[in-house]
Amino acid sequence: MVNLEVKLKDLVLKNPVMTASGTFGFGEEFADFIDLSDLGGFIVKGTTRHHREGNPYPRMAETASGMLNAVGLQNKGVENFCNDIYPRIKDYKTNVMVNVSGSVVGDYVETAAMINELDHIPGIELNISCPNVKEGGMAFGTSCASAEEVVREVRKVYKKHLMVKLSPNVTDITSIAKAVEGQGADSVSLINTLLGMAIDAETRKPLLSTVTGGLSGPCVKPVALRMVWQVAQAVGIPVVGLGGIMNAKDAIEFILAGATAIQIGTANFIDPQVSVKIVKGIEDYMIRHKVSDINDLIGAISLA
Amino acid sequence: MKKLIQDFELIKYKELNCEHFVLDIKAKEALPEILPGQFVNVKVDNNSSVFLRRPLSIHNVDYERNVIQLFVKRVGEGTKSLGELKIGDTLSVVYPLGNAFSIPKNAKTLLIGGGCGVAPLLYLSKFLHQAGNEVTIILGVRSAHDSVSLEAYKPYGRVLVTTEDGSQGEKGYPTQHSVLTNESFDYSFTCGPEPMMKAVAAYSKANDVTCEVSLENMMACGFGACLCCVTDTKKGNKCVCTEGPIFNIKDLKW
Repeated sequence: MVNLEVKLKDLVLKNPVMTASGTFGFGEEFADFIDLSDLGGFIVKGTTRHHREGNPYPRMAETASGMLNAVGLQNKGVENFCNDIYPRIKDYKTNVMVNVSGSVVGDYVETAAMINELDHIPGIELNISCPNVKEGGMAFGTSCASAEEVVREVRKVYKKHLMVKLSPNVTDITSIAKAVEGQGADSVSLINTLLGMAIDAETRKPLLSTVTGGLSGPCVKPVALRMVWQVAQAVGIPVVGLGGIMNAKDAIEFILAGATAIQIGTANFIDPQVSVKIVKGIEDYMIRHKVSDINDLIGAISLA
Repeated sequence: MKKLIQDFELIKYKELNCEHFVLDIKAKEALPEILPGQFVNVKVDNNSSVFLRRPLSIHNVDYERNVIQLFVKRVGEGTKSLGELKIGDTLSVVYPLGNAFSIPKNAKTLLIGGGCGVAPLLYLSKFLHQAGNEVTIILGVRSAHDSVSLEAYKPYGRVLVTTEDGSQGEKGYPTQHSVLTNESFDYSFTCGPEPMMKAVAAYSKANDVTCEVSLENMMACGFGACLCCVTDTKKGNKCVCTEGPIFNIKDLKW
């Protein structure tokens, strides 16, 4: 038997495999396909203070080895989450975390404070990196000052695990990571989607209603891996790696680069069972490489 | 209804015309209940440039042989590659997805399909016929040589054809067929190009006919996780994959 358990500070994950916000609904959508308790955790769809309709259709365009999305944080608001959704998902035997987003600092704070009261939610992922909303979102995550402000204010009201999701659309992601660590973030997750666009040459029209959108899938993996490696060296808090992970081999690469845990995103759309297959694949890798504890692989890239 | 992910085997390929083909795919196990209007999301493994699954209408179901028939139009890389699969190839299928058409009882029903939109209407006509409805099916194509096999529909109702060039049946679009002015209907069901479906919706509203349409928005997951395939309804954005693909036109902003 190998040990797959990892810790994000005080938050214990039975294995390092989580699923990424916006690709996993509220978990329930996957209950026909997998046993959710096999996961280290999952992060539910981005939740905001108030109901958001999101962006108009079309919101998605397939690209080479990936996809662009411009969903725009469609959700029914935090009150709906607390009253209607939470009771349905609170008893899943895994870490159920909520991705929290907003357009002004006050919205982040109020949303986080309401989720702080939910006993079965052990942490939130603060989304300061959504590229698909006109106000807020990524704007908070692209300057150290605004990233510090939103994390500092949320930290005052949120007492459990505070993960901060970073944007890759910056010059130096390590400076943002250090800034949020300085304000009390318990972990950072990266990367959110890369800002991109697509045009239909025949019609000369953009493929997304918003013109630009967030790129995800295996095409972003080398960028994500590089950023995880850089951030893992720059901060002392745990790093959660994501960006184009399609299989266990990809997941191991992120762990070797310094990720304590990983998230599966876009791959869930193509294979709704991929997350549990990756748990099994990591175990197989460890047996094959005679590694008894997953923690021995974290940051174990061989540069010699 | 529980959703499944299963491997199917391609057992039959039938070319219908230059644009359309039919795939018969066979499951290893007994099929679950599948309702008319539901769809499958298939992985295109024979083309590495196709990243996402492709949602396809269910054309017919044979429970005895565990076979699902898919009616496919070559639209882009994904559907083109599906047409190049070999007999015996494996297809990963996520199904059954989406809601279903309503099945009234003992009513006069009108089914209008254009081009690839005929796909879900065969299985629907079977259910409508079994529930004692009078079934009229209008299939619209550009020209006689684009025509699909009409024989399959005939056991379930009256089959009418329109062609844009007049080479078969009545000349014009399916929504211009004389039966729409000469007879009255209680229900209409339609699938096909959006302008055609909107014309069916307009006819239905004007004549007080209950109308359901099958939408075909682009999808990533097909089961309500990504929120990419939304359509703007009177109650806000709804996922076509889970709250559709079948919508009553009174809920749409058409």
